[in-house]
Amino acid sequence: MTSTDSSPAAARADRPRRGHPSRGAPLPLLVPALVGLAFLLLPLLALLVRAPWRSLPSELTSPEVWQALRLSLVTATLATAVSLALGVPLAWLLARTDFPGRALVRALVTLPLVLPPVVGGVALLLALGRNGVVGQWLDAWFGITLPFTTAGVVVAEAFVAMPFLVISVEGTLRAADPRFEEAATTLGASRFTAFRRVTLPLIAPGIAAGAVLAWARALGEFGATITFAGNFPGRTQTMPLAVYLALQNDPAAAIALSLVLLVVSVAVLAGLRDRWMTTS
Amino acid sequence: MTDLTGTAGRASAQKLGAPGLDARLVVDRGAFRLDVALTAAPGEVVALLGPNGAGKTTALRALAGLTPLSDGHLRLDGTDLDRTPPECRPVGVVFQDYLLFPHLSALDNVAFGPRCRGASKADARADAASWLERMGLAEHAAARPRRLSGGQAQRVALARALAIRPRLLLLDEPLAALDARTRLEVRGRLRHHLAAFEAVAVLVTHDPLDAMVLADRLVVVEDGAVVQEGVPAEIARRPRTDYIAQLVGLNLYRGRADGHTVRLEGGPSITTADALSGPVCVAFPPGAVTLYRERPLGSSARNLWACEVAGLESHGDQLRVDLVGELPLAADLTTVAAAELDLHPGAPVWATVKAAQTHAYPA
Amino acid sequence: MIRSARRTRRTVQLAGAGVAALLALSACSSSSDPSTGSGASPAAGSSSSKLSGNITVFAAASLKESFTALGKEFERQHPGTGVTFSFGGSDSLAAGITGGAPADVFAAASPKTMAIVTGRKDAAGPPATFVRNQLEIATLPGNPHKVSSLKDLTRSGLKVVLCDRTVPCGAAAQKALAAGGLKLTPVSYEQDVKSALTKVELKEADAAVVYRTDVRAAGDTVEGVEFPESAKAVNDYPIALLKNAQNATTAKAFIDLVRSPEGQKVLTAAGFLKP
Repeated sequence: MTSTDSSPAAARADRPRRGHPSRGAPLPLLVPALVGLAFLLLPLLALLVRAPWRSLPSELTSPEVWQALRLSLVTATLATAVSLALGVPLAWLLARTDFPGRALVRALVTLPLVLPPVVGGVALLLALGRNGVVGQWLDAWFGITLPFTTAGVVVAEAFVAMPFLVISVEGTLRAADPRFEEAATTLGASRFTAFRRVTLPLIAPGIAAGAVLAWARALGEFGATITFAGNFPGRTQTMPLAVYLALQNDPAAAIALSLVLLVVSVAVLAGLRDRWMTTS
Repeated sequence: MTDLTGTAGRASAQKLGAPGLDARLVVDRGAFRLDVALTAAPGEVVALLGPNGAGKTTALRALAGLTPLSDGHLRLDGTDLDRTPPECRPVGVVFQDYLLFPHLSALDNVAFGPRCRGASKADARADAASWLERMGLAEHAAARPRRLSGGQAQRVALARALAIRPRLLLLDEPLAALDARTRLEVRGRLRHHLAAFEAVAVLVTHDPLDAMVLADRLVVVEDGAVVQEGVPAEIARRPRTDYIAQLVGLNLYRGRADGHTVRLEGGPSITTADALSGPVCVAFPPGAVTLYRERPLGSSARNLWACEVAGLESHGDQLRVDLVGELPLAADLTTVAAAELDLHPGAPVWATVKAAQTHAYPA
Repeated sequence: MIRSARRTRRTVQLAGAGVAALLALSACSSSSDPSTGSGASPAAGSSSSKLSGNITVFAAASLKESFTALGKEFERQHPGTGVTFSFGGSDSLAAGITGGAPADVFAAASPKTMAIVTGRKDAAGPPATFVRNQLEIATLPGNPHKVSSLKDLTRSGLKVVLCDRTVPCGAAAQKALAAGGLKLTPVSYEQDVKSALTKVELKEADAAVVYRTDVRAAGDTVEGVEFPESAKAVNDYPIALLKNAQNATTAKAFIDLVRSPEGQKVLTAAGFLKP
């Protein structure tokens, strides 16, 4: 593209791209940035320093660790899928339609973010538990009880993780030009087709970012999970639960487990980032 | 509403069931109200011309169904469209900045419409390819919009709108996004395509040159209402509002004519070549104005006014002088002449205009 | 009258404890500063009649009700003192103490968790068992599933929650099950005793193996069922003065109150057994 071309189509592509060489960051930004980075990384570094490297191999060969890790990955992925399936339409509703009380609905959507996860778990029990407001009917009509099941883990994780996705996708939708949808409509696309074939691809990076956030949150989810789904190895004991319980009497094992969780999540996130986020 | 003196072409379109566009667009938005009647015969290109905020784009959106009508009607080829959702209207739109889908190739952008309207993927792409071919863009079919130049993007947008075979083609400021150099070329091309288009085309622009080159008929909109409409030459010759006069570069005054003299409301008189009576408009181009620093004694001009320079603006080798005083007016002169006169804001000058260079017409 | 007499006796005990603490400190000489110990000794002697200052007590969650009551009583008896509690899982509290949390007294729900603290030499003396707790089955109100023994919990279809074996109530439950030669697969191994009880209170689980004290505290929301195997898994609650205590004298006085007949009365009322 030439710099003399001033058409908007070209101008839009002129957005700053990642990886541009910076001309030296100003000190008032650089210093707090580095302090912030250190603040975030120091605890992780401490974990590495104090890790029981000698006993690590034996800690990690226990089948329970792999069981918990596998369960964590599966449930976090499923919770992300649930969040995507429900959260993206919800984000669209919040960003693109106008209805009375929308501001309130948006605030309510973010409620799980501020709710202590344990309280979230109790709330889920009260709603979807065997004796819950809705759960009793699920039990009576379909024989479905969510607590103490893997499905319950997914529900708890999705409950906590979905707001991240909704907020992220809604922000992207708001930033996206709604006129693309209008353009699609004038070409004969129904509103849903316009969303599916135009909006969705346009906001894909935002959705991916939201999904990654949600996945990470679901992977680390502890309070709501243990409260709603309980803790049973292989069924509802995810890594964070295993870590927490190991911490009770064997901190070394807990550190080892945490390291596994960290390594796996960093690997997955880095992998996804390369795949999804650099193609835009 | 201003009186709508119809042309022969439109008279037939106004009949119910007749081909073409027959609309009265009313959009009420609290402080702003658009109320515009618009008719056009198939093959006709109508330009909605007006200043920013006049409601041109709102009218266009109403035609496309993107903004609901508060009142009025919208008939296209005899079919009522005012309750039809935009995706079901046979209306193609070229948006101001084209709004090409950035994630689709030029070909898929053009194929989008046919695909949405039920064509198979292969058919839609074949159709799109032929449209791109017609636009001279065959080699850019695979390119993403961001790789296209402004002019190319404009043609893809036009192909995309035409690919749904619309009975009404809408163009929103089709040339505004282009730089001056490409604009000339694209305007010529667009004129060619519009001339070949067999249904109604409505374009919105604030540029009188675009409107005059591209459109068969102009509809001038100000503050949500039509203030004048007619063929470009007519409008250029006989502007009815200051806005149009400025657009076409004329000094315009209203007054009451008595023979060759037009007495302006609360101002001086202008002697004209035309002899009229009653309320009239008097117009003359800025180039017809001659300026003097000293009161000209031997001048034959009967229109002589004492003015003061309010501003200077250069247009190429010409200088547009904005004058206030006895008669506010704009005068064009060469930079050399301006330098000789030593013009600067606040400088007192005498302005004259020959009666033969004025044009008076009933208001 | 009575109170003053008791106080005298306590003072003697206190002095004894102070000496014991001193001995303990000098015994493990190397790292600890002996001046702390010698400084504490005269303080213990002089403040026998007048206690002051605030103390922080880290106590197992199951002690919340009774210790809160005892704390109020202590403040009433010794105007000018203040007792701040931090209730939580014994393990977390122990981790906090070994991590340097400012606490004067630690009351744990098991000797094992106390051992974490004493093992790091963070206690200022040998811990003393002040109460014992026994397991009980918590069932839904009215005991609709007719649970009358630990064996009944192994019936299929019954949703039972246990504490995780890493926490004291879970370890005790496993001990009791082993004593009865029973094999029980719960729906969940809960993170602590309160979580286990909550599951029954919310009727998500049909029964939970928890402590007597928890059943007592839950009131009408659950019904307790005693079982003989619980005798094999009695939990000792140790209490200890901590090495980093800011206010050792007052802290010791509080420990004494806990161990006094008066304190024991409050604790047994909550369902604890005497040591």
